[in-house]
Amino acid sequence: MTQPLTLGRVFRLALLSLGALIFLAPYIFMISTAGKDQSEIFSASLSLIPQHFAYMANFTKALTRVSMPNLLLNGVIVCGLILVLQVVVAVPCAYAMAKLKFGAARILMAAVMLGLLVPIHAAALPLYVAFDKLALLNSYTALVAPFSISVFGIFLFLQFFRAMPDDLIHAARLDGMSEAGIVARVIVPNAWPAVTAFAIFSVVAHWNDLFWPLIVVTNQSYATPPLGVLFFLAAEAGDDYGALMAATLIITLPLVIAFLLAQKRFVEGITMTGLKG
Amino acid sequence: MADIALPVSAVETAARREARIAWLLASPAIVLMLVFIVLPTIAVIVLGFTDFELGYGSFRFVGLENYADLISDRTFRRSLWNTTVYTAIVTPISIVLGLGIALLIESEPRGRNFFRTVYFLPVASLLVAMATVWQYLFHPSIGPLNTFLALFGIAGPNWLGASSTVLYGLSIIGIWQSVGFNMVLFMAGLTAIPRELYSAAEVDGAQSAIDRFRLVTWPMLGPTTLFVTTISVINSVKVFETVKTLTEGGPNKASEMLLFTIYQEGFVYLKVGYASAMTVVFLAILVVLMILQYRFLDRQVHYT
Amino acid sequence: MSVFGLRDIRKSFAGNAILKGVSLEAEAGEFIALVGPSGCGKSTLLRIAAGLDHADSGEIRIGGREVSQLRAADRNVAMVFQSYALYPHLTAGQNIAVPLAMRRLSSAQRLPFIGPMLPGQRRICADIQKQVAATAASLKIDHLLDRKPGQMSGGQRQRVALARAMVRDPGVFLMDEPLSNLDANLRVHARGEIVELHRRAGVPTLYVTHDQSEALSMADRVAVMIGGNLLQIAAPQTIYDDPDHVEVARFIGQPRINLLSTIRDARGMVQFGTLRLASSTSREGAANVTLGIRPEFVQLRAEGQGTLAARVERLEFLGSEVIVFARLSAIGDTVLAKVTPAEARGLVAGQAIGLDLDPSRIMLFAEDGHRLPSTPVSAAVRETVHG
Repeated sequence: MTQPLTLGRVFRLALLSLGALIFLAPYIFMISTAGKDQSEIFSASLSLIPQHFAYMANFTKALTRVSMPNLLLNGVIVCGLILVLQVVVAVPCAYAMAKLKFGAARILMAAVMLGLLVPIHAAALPLYVAFDKLALLNSYTALVAPFSISVFGIFLFLQFFRAMPDDLIHAARLDGMSEAGIVARVIVPNAWPAVTAFAIFSVVAHWNDLFWPLIVVTNQSYATPPLGVLFFLAAEAGDDYGALMAATLIITLPLVIAFLLAQKRFVEGITMTGLKG
Repeated sequence: MADIALPVSAVETAARREARIAWLLASPAIVLMLVFIVLPTIAVIVLGFTDFELGYGSFRFVGLENYADLISDRTFRRSLWNTTVYTAIVTPISIVLGLGIALLIESEPRGRNFFRTVYFLPVASLLVAMATVWQYLFHPSIGPLNTFLALFGIAGPNWLGASSTVLYGLSIIGIWQSVGFNMVLFMAGLTAIPRELYSAAEVDGAQSAIDRFRLVTWPMLGPTTLFVTTISVINSVKVFETVKTLTEGGPNKASEMLLFTIYQEGFVYLKVGYASAMTVVFLAILVVLMILQYRFLDRQVHYT
Repeated sequence: MSVFGLRDIRKSFAGNAILKGVSLEAEAGEFIALVGPSGCGKSTLLRIAAGLDHADSGEIRIGGREVSQLRAADRNVAMVFQSYALYPHLTAGQNIAVPLAMRRLSSAQRLPFIGPMLPGQRRICADIQKQVAATAASLKIDHLLDRKPGQMSGGQRQRVALARAMVRDPGVFLMDEPLSNLDANLRVHARGEIVELHRRAGVPTLYVTHDQSEALSMADRVAVMIGGNLLQIAAPQTIYDDPDHVEVARFIGQPRINLLSTIRDARGMVQFGTLRLASSTSREGAANVTLGIRPEFVQLRAEGQGTLAARVERLEFLGSEVIVFARLSAIGDTVLAKVTPAEARGLVAGQAIGLDLDPSRIMLFAEDGHRLPSTPVSAAVRETVHG
């Protein structure tokens, strides 16, 4: 269906395009500057196409000063572990709260609602002291453990499970499944939309988190991508923006590519988790 | 007796069995919740009444001394004020822009996916990394922004380097980063509005787009707007990444913000007790915001 | 001249013709039910009449005015929606006032805080309030005016939606399945109410429904729409007894009409069992035709009697009547007969019976679906024809 191009539509499209250009500007300049050498950057010209392509030089610098593969690998390990633990812990709990009768369900519900209020920033100080005492700083354990419980995950799954028909579970029980079997073979497969939505939310949140890794990690070998950027900034005393932009490009790319490949799911996931939260 | 007792106990056993399984399924979550949320939260409140410093063996309870110090602490007051200003700038602008863009995209059949992707891209990007790009964009002498302004003969400010502009610079980044998130929430809210309401509004004589917005869109978006507002405020109050990466609270504490100040006191100077008191204030702000939201939700936007 | 008219309305979506040239006229005070299976285009036609959709071509007249270029707001139509489309944030009273406020108050006068300070605003508002109260009283919903839609039952919401449509003097009432969200008991009650309101208002009404019993019981005339074509528009009795088209015959009537295919010979004679019909037609040659007869005109006979031999397949007991499903021995088609419980007494599945079709009630339809005039040929006449 094509609508006639009215004045109003032209105006709307122009407005949207201008806005889009402004929102994309950082990416455009990042890609452009990653290919410029020092002298060109300092000439402060607005031209987007580098005069001499310095991409090789800048990317080499970016890759040698901080171990990029190590950073990205840490990001993947930490986000992956957190996600798996969160789902494994939250799904059974949410199932029990939604579909089984037990005395603590109401207290647990209150705890979940209160837990939604407490961000990692609030619990960080005592946890830091505890990890310090246990000599666990600079470890994957320190990076992952505090996030193994996601009250938000419980809350999201709880709402999703409540909407599931009880008859589904009754039928599974009649078919002779154990409760654990019901969770694994009936609940989880049917909760897939909620799990993907939560996965996207969780990965975006923890891939981007700087606060907690900054606190518990001082050793570069455990650095996550955001920390890596900070280390790179610290190592780069001057204004070597070419190399910095190259590093930024490398480190931003994985999540951006994931987003572009599955953008519909991304937006759905963020919307779903956003609105439920 | 035995005839009657048998079924009763069978029901009881079944109920007890169900409760036992429920406990089993929920126990990992309960234990982890206790260890990583409940106990630390209690600890932080308790620590707020002590002079605990990491590295010193002993500590003592000092009552409300930390809180008294907070009131006279110029850095902390500066930090609270800056956070308020930052929130007051970022929240309304990112909400209005998010809503405006969502409305524009919804009313325009062409390029819907493209525009949604573009505006959402910052949400999916690594903020710390993109902050360094903004640092370059904002660079006083070689930054594209000031070079662009120079084309019109405007001498751009030293965005992140001057205490008069640093909050605006951080706010621009904050807005850029959060508009897309608000936009998709508003888009979800818009699609949930029944089409028939717009038809009814048209038949009822709401001719202009503004009339229909006032009669249908705005009231129907009430719950979404309230929610977006709360989450935007909370996210603004939690600003940390850009401060840490770009300004370290400077220059001259002009961009000192709540979480950064807590981080600085607690994890750099290791004054755990004092930082805990700050954290309690931070938590209190969050609690107040949530209470405000529920109040509004109860009174204003409950339709069904 | 009619007060509401649609002429040759055409509309297609993405190459699919939804409306294929629909014309319809309504006199002052006439109630027309537009009925058809889902997806036949009836709701699209209604939305086009309201100005919510635009036709590719065709004319729309309301109150003697050509309005097809006007927007919905300027057409002076009132519409009741299937979901009622009440504004959930406004009370019933405010909902009813919306069409008046939108028309009488300028956009400045409608502003909060500033509006009430503008000259004339208070007087108009008081006037609107009076009118809302009067309409509410006539619908007996005065006690609901301060409630929001979320606090009302389905039936109450439906009345508020009616009130919102009736509060001003529209050129035409458009109703889009307004009863389909009510439960069965309430629905029958609401039918009578809408007809009564319509009579009092005297405004032409176009009422879209997929429920034929609603259409037949409420309307002055019923318009049957199938596949984007308006096949027939006539009084309910005519639609039922004298359908113009085989699709109309098939759609209207519960249980549905018996349709049996047969052949018309070159002389225009149709023979079915021992039954003969003459179909006066200008067209020459033999052709396939469809013979239609409503179940109430199929009579049961004992085995060996009647024009057709059949075997009982099953019986459906409906209280005051019984539907007999009988398989014709000759061609294997199933014919439905609607009989009284007394007539059906003793019948069992598998039993052989005879059937008679009331010759004066048989209808013939050509291959393209159009009705063919036909007259039964009596035995005596048959002799002379043969002789």
